Amino acid sequence: MTLFSQTGQAKREPQTKVRYSFLYSRKIAPYLFISPFIISILILYLYPFISAVKMSFERVLPGQVFFVGLDNYERVFNPVFFRALQNTSVYVLLTVVILTVIPLILALMLNHRLTRFSNFFRAAIFIPALTSVVVAGTVFRLIFGESDQALANQFLSLFGASALDWRYGSATAMFLMVAMASWRWMGVNIIYFLAALQTVNKDLEEASQMDGANAWQRFRYVTLPAIKPIIVFLVTISIINGFRMFEESYVLWETSSPGYIGLTVVRYIYQQGIRNNDMGFGAAVGIILLLIIFIVSMIQLYATGAFKRED
Amino acid sequence: MNKSILAFAASAVALTAPQIVMAESDPTTLTFWTFQQAHATFFEDATERWNEANPNRAIDMNAEVYPYDQMHSNLLLALQSGRGAPDLADIEIRQISNYLQGDVPLVPLNDVVEPVLDDMVKSRFDIYSKDGSYYGVDYHVGASVMYYNEEIMDQAGVDIDSIETWDDYAAAGEQVVENTDAVMTTFESGDIFSFWIMISQQGSDIFGEDGSVTLDNQTNIDTLQFMQDMIYEQEIAVPAPGGDHHSEEFFGYMNNGGAASVMMPMWYMGRFLDNMPDLDGKMQIRPLPRWEEGGNRSAGMGGTGTVVTNQSVDEQLSKDFLAFAKLTEEANIRLWTVLGFDPLRHDVWDSEAVQADNAYYQYFHDDIFDILLDIRDEISGVNITELTPTAQQVIETNTLYSTLRSDSMSAEEALTQAADEIRNRMR
Repeated sequence: MTLFSQTGQAKREPQTKVRYSFLYSRKIAPYLFISPFIISILILYLYPFISAVKMSFERVLPGQVFFVGLDNYERVFNPVFFRALQNTSVYVLLTVVILTVIPLILALMLNHRLTRFSNFFRAAIFIPALTSVVVAGTVFRLIFGESDQALANQFLSLFGASALDWRYGSATAMFLMVAMASWRWMGVNIIYFLAALQTVNKDLEEASQMDGANAWQRFRYVTLPAIKPIIVFLVTISIINGFRMFEESYVLWETSSPGYIGLTVVRYIYQQGIRNNDMGFGAAVGIILLLIIFIVSMIQLYATGAFKRED
Repeated sequence: MNKSILAFAASAVALTAPQIVMAESDPTTLTFWTFQQAHATFFEDATERWNEANPNRAIDMNAEVYPYDQMHSNLLLALQSGRGAPDLADIEIRQISNYLQGDVPLVPLNDVVEPVLDDMVKSRFDIYSKDGSYYGVDYHVGASVMYYNEEIMDQAGVDIDSIETWDDYAAAGEQVVENTDAVMTTFESGDIFSFWIMISQQGSDIFGEDGSVTLDNQTNIDTLQFMQDMIYEQEIAVPAPGGDHHSEEFFGYMNNGGAASVMMPMWYMGRFLDNMPDLDGKMQIRPLPRWEEGGNRSAGMGGTGTVVTNQSVDEQLSKDFLAFAKLTEEANIRLWTVLGFDPLRHDVWDSEAVQADNAYYQYFHDDIFDILLDIRDEISGVNITELTPTAQQVIETNTLYSTLRSDSMSAEEALTQAADEIRNRMR
């Protein structure tokens, strides 16, 4: 319809412009501009997604593929999967809290006019994000080694505590994974918060100060509302990344973690789908994970009011 | 406009020029994937000799080394999807069954293997076979032996040649702990070898010959309990630092005299040379203790088969080269001299070239192959099934951890649980 009326209008224009007139259409142009992204999403996401759904109903072997109905899904809800889901959920909860609260505090400190060398600290805190996770993992493994000479255990011995088998206990294992993720992503989140803090209206802050608001009140009623969109964004990203976590666990326990203490859902997909050559089952677990992430994200976005229209 | 066309033409010439040069010398490029740098070196060495012997079928070897897990995953995906696989690849024994399902994406090697099979340790070829087709050529027999640190054993007052049975071994362990700072041995808790060697030695296994799960049979329970007792009752053994015998933590521990002995296959010699330099001249290789009168003193353990994939640019060339590199007499001598492996061809074991002095004899001692010839008929193989990767993972993740490392379960409980978990996967 739109196109039709546009060409109708264009009749009065000189010939050469007719061909491009749809570019000036208010209805068409936006779609044209986003088309590269739409197309890449269709090719790179939608196609694999449909394949994965199809594969989750199949048993896949080289050259031989059988349809097995719901067989794969029936096997998904087993104790190992629940263990993986439990590990992942705890990990998500911890990283979301740690990776929003601490970076916010650090960003506030760095943003304070009295903080010295703040540029140096900004750079220093950001550096871990540039490190390869494999290198970081190796260093973490050495620091948290099981021998008395390992750095972490020497540190413990300063306080008279006995050496720990870091990679073999479920609490310390979770600590290692969360510590590694926090160490790596802290700097990135601080950058986000610092950027957000620049948008806080200085006049409002000054006004509130004159009205006698103390530091906490200024933060609570002026700063926090201004940076809320960024907090929502970071929480969403942290939740999704948390559920997708793979590397931290992989570099700490390459083949398999003792007693499944480091098993995450994505690792379970990898382990079953690829290492045990059961692609169909891996795909089924992947679809379940997709649903979980979708539901959790929706609840979170709804709860934080991300769907409400800005006024 | 003209300028850009010229620039384009020039770059096109520049791009094609090297290819023209390549076409003149005409070597076929073969790609080889492995997870062991030593294996890549071995194949590069073989390529040089091949090119001298076959100048008109020259090969340009492109050996790529990836981490264990990554290489096997990439290879499986490449073969599954039908593109991106190399010409030749190494597949580790515990992973091989993943590649023998469905329409096998590997090339049968029968025409090069069968003519020499009589001179070989045949059980090593059965592992990589399916329905009468041989798909892989291993590097070694993998005969398991005991590596004793003689310095510590002397200090403890134990004569290693007097250790005949596992009971003798445990008794010697008491003496070691009493008289020295070391423990008798270490057991892997994150890898399957220690346990698998000990049950295989008694003719038991994870799976029976018919593919049924035998993991929870009485022999296996008794054996795992024996290991657990050595650690927590007698306190003469420890779980390997780092979880297995390939970790930095273990190398350091062993190198510093932490344990008086360690049980591993012959191919482990190379790890001593590379990673435990302080033990040079102190280590003695002996057959394993027996479980009973007349029992086996070894077990064939570990292994990696080199395969030719069905995506090879030249299947015949790849096969001929593989045979040249691993099946000929010369090749088997080099498996020993270059890699320190016990080669598959038993007719070279007492040859002069194998007996000639080299770094392994210097680090250990002269009669390594006499020991091998002595235990030759006591090297049983293992049964590999479709579920071997699953079994390996269950045992490494739970069974050995909860018995040998955390001591939270008895051997019987842990093995029953593991066997049930594996049986659940059979459908």
